[in-house]
Amino acid sequence: MSYAELSTHLVWAALTVLTVSMIAFLVDLTRLGESRSDLASVARLGTRRKELVGVGAAGEDVTTSLAEAPSGIDGRDGAAEAPRPVNRKAAGIGMSTAALGWLLLLSAIVTRGIAAGRTPWANMYEFTLVGAFVALTVFLVVSRFRDVRFLGAFVTLLAVLFLALAQEVFFVQADGVQPALQSYWLVIHVGVAITAAGILSVAFVTSVLQLLRDSRDNGSAVLNHRAFRWLDSLPTPGQLETLSFRLNAVGFVLWTFTLIAGSIWAEHAWGRYWGWDPKEVWTFIVWVVYAGYLHARTTRGWSGRRAAYFVIVGYACVLFNFTGVNLIFDGKHSYSGLTS
Amino acid sequence: MNEREPAAEVVGQQPTTTTEDAAEAEATGGGHRPYRPEGIDDAFVGHDDDTPAGGDATRDAGGPTGAGGAATPAMPKLGWKGSLRWTWRQITSMRVALMLLMLLAVAAVPGSILPQQSIDPSGVQQYLQDNPTAGKILDRLGFFDVFSSVWFSAIYILLFVSLVGCIVPRALAHTKNLRARPPRTPRRFDRFPAKAHATTDAQPDVVVAAAVHHLRGRVRWLPTFRVETGTDTQGRRTVAAERGYLRESGNILFHLCLLGLLVAVGTGQVLHYRAQVIVTEGHGFANSVVDYDTFESGALWRASSLDPFSMTLDKFTSEFTNTATAEPRNFTAFVSVRQPGAPEQAEKIRVNHPLDVGGAKVYLQGNGYAPNITVKDSQGQVAYAGPVVFIPQDTKYTSQGVVKVPDVSAGLDQIGLVGFLLPTAASDDPTQASIYPQPLNPMLVLNVWHGNLGLDDGTPQNVYRLDTSDMTESTKDGKPVTLTIQPGKTVKLPDGLGTVTFDSLPRYVALDLRYDPALTWILVFALGALLGLALSLFTPRRRVWLRVWTEDVTDDESGETRPRTVIDAAGLARGDDSGLQREVDAVVASASTPTSAGPSTATTSSLPRKAPR
Repeated sequence: MSYAELSTHLVWAALTVLTVSMIAFLVDLTRLGESRSDLASVARLGTRRKELVGVGAAGEDVTTSLAEAPSGIDGRDGAAEAPRPVNRKAAGIGMSTAALGWLLLLSAIVTRGIAAGRTPWANMYEFTLVGAFVALTVFLVVSRFRDVRFLGAFVTLLAVLFLALAQEVFFVQADGVQPALQSYWLVIHVGVAITAAGILSVAFVTSVLQLLRDSRDNGSAVLNHRAFRWLDSLPTPGQLETLSFRLNAVGFVLWTFTLIAGSIWAEHAWGRYWGWDPKEVWTFIVWVVYAGYLHARTTRGWSGRRAAYFVIVGYACVLFNFTGVNLIFDGKHSYSGLTS
Repeated sequence: MNEREPAAEVVGQQPTTTTEDAAEAEATGGGHRPYRPEGIDDAFVGHDDDTPAGGDATRDAGGPTGAGGAATPAMPKLGWKGSLRWTWRQITSMRVALMLLMLLAVAAVPGSILPQQSIDPSGVQQYLQDNPTAGKILDRLGFFDVFSSVWFSAIYILLFVSLVGCIVPRALAHTKNLRARPPRTPRRFDRFPAKAHATTDAQPDVVVAAAVHHLRGRVRWLPTFRVETGTDTQGRRTVAAERGYLRESGNILFHLCLLGLLVAVGTGQVLHYRAQVIVTEGHGFANSVVDYDTFESGALWRASSLDPFSMTLDKFTSEFTNTATAEPRNFTAFVSVRQPGAPEQAEKIRVNHPLDVGGAKVYLQGNGYAPNITVKDSQGQVAYAGPVVFIPQDTKYTSQGVVKVPDVSAGLDQIGLVGFLLPTAASDDPTQASIYPQPLNPMLVLNVWHGNLGLDDGTPQNVYRLDTSDMTESTKDGKPVTLTIQPGKTVKLPDGLGTVTFDSLPRYVALDLRYDPALTWILVFALGALLGLALSLFTPRRRVWLRVWTEDVTDDESGETRPRTVIDAAGLARGDDSGLQREVDAVVASASTPTSAGPSTATTSSLPRKAPR
């Protein structure tokens, strides 16, 4: 089996494992939702939980953890809103399979690079692989420091979608690149751009959850349906906003660097640092939208929900910049590698 | 412009007794204003609002008229001066800046959807032909030149005006602020977002010294915190500390660098020149305006500033993959450069590797074939001899070109040859395209026209297009005559026009020359902006206060009461700051001894950190 074939197989493997991970995370969210809905009466909880969870180890698990009465994430023991102990085994499975998927994807990208004999991010297929990889990396890294398992289902969902799209639509044979791409700036400019996009993906997921949770808290009819009970187990909209901001801040700085590095490369390759090529236009638009987001957060009446809308619009622009601009417009950045 | 400080005169002031009283009144349930802890009552935690950045605004408002309503848009009362001030305030307000940013993003979109004059002029022509009505309107509104249109310029110029109006007062306020001391320790710590408490056996002086040492950090000349110690009215020791001035410095640096970037780009625009030239193997050009095919320069550029040098293209090589798609892998132009007073130098120009010469950069932008063609007229006179540039039409270098042959012998028709060059012809069928970009089986496929080329009246013509309005095409049996010629072969022209010879197949390169003295500055400002941005986003801005005193404390284990040192601490951050509690805990931990009670924690606005495993 050649390296190129191996790479493709590894992507399929990663996709499968990540799907398992996504399902596990979804199960976890459902359980969280169920447990949350029972919170109204703490007194009833002990017995009801047992019935709900059923017999055996799981039920025991719940009661023991209940008895331990965790000191709570915010450290205030016995506070009314102290989180309920829930069986998070599914989340554990989600985390370990996500890590396995991450490893498989990493191997896929490395073998792809070996097969092509260059940096493995030079066409749309590879952008998509690496973008999904970065999003997963961000999720796993943040997980080291904060409990963000609630993000798992959505990040893995995004990764699965990206990988499926890559395999089915964007796939091209591993090969060398044209002279304009033969530069170390390919490693820097494109690498940082994909990293930024991966980070912005996770921030986008967080902002969407922030909006959903906020709408549910404010009595949205649709979101107060039973199916959205899991939203109650998420952190508060304020906490989600903060997490989203941190990721966006890092993403924005990297995006700024992408712009600068791209200008330097354009100066080398095309003899001008800026020429309003469609890709440049959209990179600029993304930059301006996220700049608007940063300003909105500090403007009275624009923080919170409205700022989150900026993130959604900004991320839509990022996605369009990675797909639409490559496929629809005819510019100097048409490196999809697809012949239409 | 983010995190604009409200009215500048408040910035950097110590909390006054008035605010303290207000806080007290609030604490006892007296006041109507929302409670804000002491130490907050300046720009530190306040979200931005539309208060003007100009420090003089509020002062002026309290002037002779006594109209304190400068913030309310009561235009008629304000008079023209007031109206101006009001307008200025609106422009420099964050809300307007935000709107302008959104507008800028939206305004850039058509620049990517519609063909642009500066990038794709033929695309614009095509669009105007396809959509005559809409095209005309769009053209008038500048939609084919979005990025130099009036409306696009208006948006970004307003944005920069807003930026200046915002950043200059802020920079002035910040320079004052840089010398400010940390704010006095507030009387109460209860309502601060981060708090810690500990008791220790160490003496208060020792505790204070340890806290100060910790807060200043390891680098003596660059203390983490600016620290001030003191004693309050009840004789308790206090430590007030503040860090993160770099946050605002970075923010200001970022915005000033954006301004610098604009100025640098503008300077480059008026001082730059750009030239394009097509050179065939064995030929060359000199660095002078007349030698270039196209030349454009900024308003302040002078032709006398061109460095005298000349360049010859010795050879051009290309590599393609051996696949059906024939992907390009390498293009290299080998050139000789001659500069006055220096020996001739052999250089290489490749894509991504421009050549620096005479202060300008030379880029390899294109390449193709320029077959050497000789045309003799019916009397055997050489009417044309030399390379003719054929423009590649596809990735296999099927190239199109025109040979215009003026009349040499009197009384003869002028001749125009139009057609294709196929580097690798698949067969003898002249209608097929080339199948590989390298010259494996070159073939010229030409149609013949004769009559008047329209050259004699002196109007400039497109060299790649034949004006056939005054010409007739040679036909045979009602069909146009198609000549196919291989290298080294001579073919007779129809209608006894003469002969055409395909002598050889040299290659040509399209070179771009560019000179822009502002490049260094553009890079400097861009990197400055990046640095400022990172500083302003990642530098924590925090205040920490400690109060240390001795008190009789009942020991938990033995139950006996004895004097111990009590440490009380509070922290405040600007914006979201997940590390604030950790910072406060760390100060208290290093100030107290390890045997003391651990610091308590309070909630923060961010997600809780995982417990160490």
